[in-house]
Amino acid sequence: MDTLTFLLSGTLLAATPLLIAALGELVTEKSGVLNLSIEGMMALGAVTGFIVATASGSYWLALLAGGVAAAALAAVFGFVVLVTLGNQVASGIAVGILGIGLSGLIGRPYESSTIAPMHELPIPFLSNVPVIGPGLFDHVALVYCAPLLAVATWWLLRSTKVGLVIRAVGEAPEAAHAIGYNVVLVRFCAVLYGGFCAGIAGAFISIASATLWSDGIIAGRGWIVVALVVFGTWRSGRVAIGAYLFGMTTLAGLLVQSTGIAIPSQVLTSVPYIVTIIAIAMLSMDPQRIRLNAPVSLGQIYHEAK
Amino acid sequence: MSVFPFSIETRTRRTRFSAIIPPLIAVCTTIVASIIILTSLDVSPSRALYYLYIAPMATRFNFAEVILKMAPLLLIAQGLAIGFRARIWNIGAEGQLIMGAIGGSLLPIWFNDSGNILMLPAMVVVGAIFGMAWAAIAAVLRVRMNANEILVTLMLNSIALQVLYYLISGPLRDPFGFNFPQSALFPDVAMLPILLANTRANISIFFAVLVTLLAWFFMQRSFPGYRLQVGGSAPDAARYAGFGEKQAIWVSLLVGGTCAGIAGVFEVAGPLGQLQRVVTPGYGFAAIIVAFLGGLNALGILAAAFFMALIYVGGDIAQTSAKVPYSVNTILQGVLLVSYIASRVFSDYRVRLRKPAYNRQERV
Amino acid sequence: MKQATESRRGDPLLVISDLTKRFGEFTANDGISLELEPGEIHAILGENGAGKSTLMKMIYGVLKPDSGTLKWRGKPVILHNPAHARALGIGMVFQHFSLFESLTVAENISLAIPETVKLLRSRIAEVSTRYGLPVDPDALVHKLAMGQRQRVEITRCLLQEPQLIIMDEPTSVLPPSAVPILFETIRKLAASGCAVLFISHKLEEIRSLCHKATVMRAGRIVATVDPAVESSASLAKLMIGRDIPHPSRSAAKPSDVPALSLHNLTLAPDDPFGTRLDDISLQVRPGEIVGIAGVSGNGQRELAAVLSGEQPLPAKQNGSVRLFGGDCGHSDCGHRRAQGMAFVPEDRNGRGSVAEMTLEQNALLTGYARNLVAYGFVRNAAVSKFAQDCIHEMDVRCSGGDAEARSLSGGNLQKFIVGRELALKPKILVASQPTWGVDIGAASAIRQRLVDLRDEGVAILIISDELEELVEIADRVHALFRGSLSPSIERGDVTDELIGSYMAGNFSPEKLSVEVSGP
Repeated sequence: MDTLTFLLSGTLLAATPLLIAALGELVTEKSGVLNLSIEGMMALGAVTGFIVATASGSYWLALLAGGVAAAALAAVFGFVVLVTLGNQVASGIAVGILGIGLSGLIGRPYESSTIAPMHELPIPFLSNVPVIGPGLFDHVALVYCAPLLAVATWWLLRSTKVGLVIRAVGEAPEAAHAIGYNVVLVRFCAVLYGGFCAGIAGAFISIASATLWSDGIIAGRGWIVVALVVFGTWRSGRVAIGAYLFGMTTLAGLLVQSTGIAIPSQVLTSVPYIVTIIAIAMLSMDPQRIRLNAPVSLGQIYHEAK
Repeated sequence: MSVFPFSIETRTRRTRFSAIIPPLIAVCTTIVASIIILTSLDVSPSRALYYLYIAPMATRFNFAEVILKMAPLLLIAQGLAIGFRARIWNIGAEGQLIMGAIGGSLLPIWFNDSGNILMLPAMVVVGAIFGMAWAAIAAVLRVRMNANEILVTLMLNSIALQVLYYLISGPLRDPFGFNFPQSALFPDVAMLPILLANTRANISIFFAVLVTLLAWFFMQRSFPGYRLQVGGSAPDAARYAGFGEKQAIWVSLLVGGTCAGIAGVFEVAGPLGQLQRVVTPGYGFAAIIVAFLGGLNALGILAAAFFMALIYVGGDIAQTSAKVPYSVNTILQGVLLVSYIASRVFSDYRVRLRKPAYNRQERV
Repeated sequence: MKQATESRRGDPLLVISDLTKRFGEFTANDGISLELEPGEIHAILGENGAGKSTLMKMIYGVLKPDSGTLKWRGKPVILHNPAHARALGIGMVFQHFSLFESLTVAENISLAIPETVKLLRSRIAEVSTRYGLPVDPDALVHKLAMGQRQRVEITRCLLQEPQLIIMDEPTSVLPPSAVPILFETIRKLAASGCAVLFISHKLEEIRSLCHKATVMRAGRIVATVDPAVESSASLAKLMIGRDIPHPSRSAAKPSDVPALSLHNLTLAPDDPFGTRLDDISLQVRPGEIVGIAGVSGNGQRELAAVLSGEQPLPAKQNGSVRLFGGDCGHSDCGHRRAQGMAFVPEDRNGRGSVAEMTLEQNALLTGYARNLVAYGFVRNAAVSKFAQDCIHEMDVRCSGGDAEARSLSGGNLQKFIVGRELALKPKILVASQPTWGVDIGAASAIRQRLVDLRDEGVAILIISDELEELVEIADRVHALFRGSLSPSIERGDVTDELIGSYMAGNFSPEKLSVEVSGP
């Protein structure tokens, strides 16, 4: 395969789950809830998707099942932070650990087994273009869906009533309550949606990109997802750019190795994390930028007097 | 929230009793969960209870293992709790522990045939500095560039692991070790004295208990501790009072990093005796749970660390005796923290059954 | 909602019987009964903490009564939530606006009204012109002045075609010149058959506007009167239940050297929704009280933060804030306290105090410099005594020094904070809204203490929304308008017209805006 083809194709495969999960997390955070348990939700989605795909052979059903399983875990998270008013940081870590443990237990019989990859859906004509064709237009459907989801999320948050309500609840929950919105319900739905997206993203990894299940397969991607939302300063477009850039950095190592330069593999593995730290630091420097876009009530406990 | 048949009101006065309810509920829930999970894995409830909670205390050796695992959990959790009180979320104890282990290993690897009795204290100092320095990266980025410390410390965990892998497969690898990715064994002067003969428990527990007392004094009696708590509870009040936020960030992260770094030294100088690929079975994350479960209170953390160590050892026993997978341990840690946080509602708020006010009124 | 026109005048629109609401052991409303007719402008009068807001929140479905009944248009109703109240035709204009700053006016309104933003634009324009409330539907709310935001709230309310509008202290966010315009709108509303519940503690307003007044005190109704035949004095007596001493004061004898001074301070806000401070110069001398009037949201918050040190200044602003002549723009609150400054902040919860800490711990918050810390350790006995002194000095009603700050009522907590700052024996005191939310008796006690402090030679700066308060105790008054400070008016020269026109920006012609002076 051509290097460029490989680069394009690999970037899309690496970025797709990150983008899908990050767009879900974006909606959750816009409603004012910081969900740090994405790692656990992606793991649960991955294992559920893998098992359903193995058992039923239906990959679409597998994606759905992955999403539902993660949404169920998100419901636990939602209950803890919205009903019992738990600290969002601690709750996210707790539910994340729970998800990782559950996925390890459920997936034990399938540990290290593989699965035939999900069918690609080449786009007619475009996929025949040399280099770019196989790189960009010969993928599973979800790869094309991810950027569409970014556009849809942008539209949802910007131009629809639902998006308006989510933003209102995330900005000033007391005011939203005062004009008659059920803040807890809106946030709960946003949490479920974020969990659903994370589950689909996890299932994508196990059945479409890695095509295997092993404990720890998510390997920190859930945290990258959270970082992407910060990187994108809570805007769909920037989150998407971040996801694809990040996807590229994960391939940079392989590319460097292919040129024959001797760089320890550990350094190459670290590159995405180092890039993430630098990116977050650079983007956080301008407090105005954060304050203009970050949901005002993000991470705060909302308790209404009755 | 009206779908729930209860209402939640702000509690303005805490009773002594209410503070211990959440950890009690959490422990009970965890025990029940462990029975359910193990039963589903074809382990009878009584065996499950025995493996996880009785066996660790049943023999001298097992109990010594509990003590051994309790020390790092306690040490790290005390360091983290100070930061958590100030709402500085250091999630990177795992990485700081790894760096501490690396720093602590340098001297015994470089001076492998040394007999100097100052070796061990020097290792602790170097390890502490390594852990502190690793946490300092997050502190600098937060103070100077406002970078979110949760994400930075997490990323630093992954990087620390790669640093360890690199070092033990290259610069610090045992030259006579058949290319295994591990360092040379440490000399005797680099090893922690054993507490109980024929067990692995060492004196690190004393150090951890000492740190517990210091942490208690720091948070309960000292003015800097008070300032940290104000910063965590009400950042605006801290700014108004003139308590610098930057100072709080530095103190929180450096204390957490130092404790984790020392815990790392204790691992390599204790049960491991060399630098390996795996220097921690997730103590850095488990300590987060311990810190919360202990109510971020130094004495509460003492009890929480013991229970967490119990689960660790019990999980190991269940693994070897009944082939219970390690994931069960992770699940139980998750259940422990989730149920603790959820039941905090009973101590932080007053939960009341919703009374049908209007109906009662109509009867009148 | 069409039924509004069918309702015959004379039939009560709303009948409240025996409504009671408790918060824990505190009874906020005790057996309240009230009747309201269509087209009636009905005042609910009472001092802070009398239970007015609680009553309104029950009528609007935000809070649920513990007992009692509401009858709407003759039928008993149980209001489940504000949406339910709105569907019945009850609207509310909040004192603290329930608007979303990052959204546009039309988006804000569309959140309450089930219509698309596009359709709403024309309806907003139509209602605005009918009631004289010009608003730009596409403006972002955070860019609007307080008076404009109120118009948005009122417009939002009117678009729901309510038969009853509840207005919670609506004039508190307006410069005096804009009040008559609001009253005109309210009268038009009443003429069209809409009833208005007008909550206020400003007696003159009620006398000029309202048909009927219900006076509340300590959670109960003490009288229902015709405000037109009452005098302000008789209403005040009903509201307070006793005579309130006014602070005794002598003429100020300030020394000549300013203790605190600002020199051409200009500062862009960190917060994108904040106000830019523009070329502010100000002097406060020992032995005088300087007041800063203005409608809230005109830079008071930013100015207070610069004075207290919570907002340190960039290096290029060196010299623009001075304490006793020395530059202190870059020093933080701690350093300024060390130089003898004390502050009473605008927010008592979460800023002036930590809600879940005890009063003793809260005393330490700024009292630490008064020998309460030794070798880095807190001297618990000394802290306890210091807290007790604050409690006694200001007559704070609480269960003791170990009571959590959040268990105190707003007014008592405010007294505690004022007491604590006074116990620091400051040379300069900066107080933001020192009596906000405090009952009249306590407010007058606080004011008297401030005047006494002045006579002891302390330099005092008071930033307040309450013009009456400044007129009562300040020796000189400035007004703040959109981040600019007016010239000061000497005590003897203060008139409502003059200060009112300063508050509306009539001292800096380039900042004058049609928006605030109204149509």
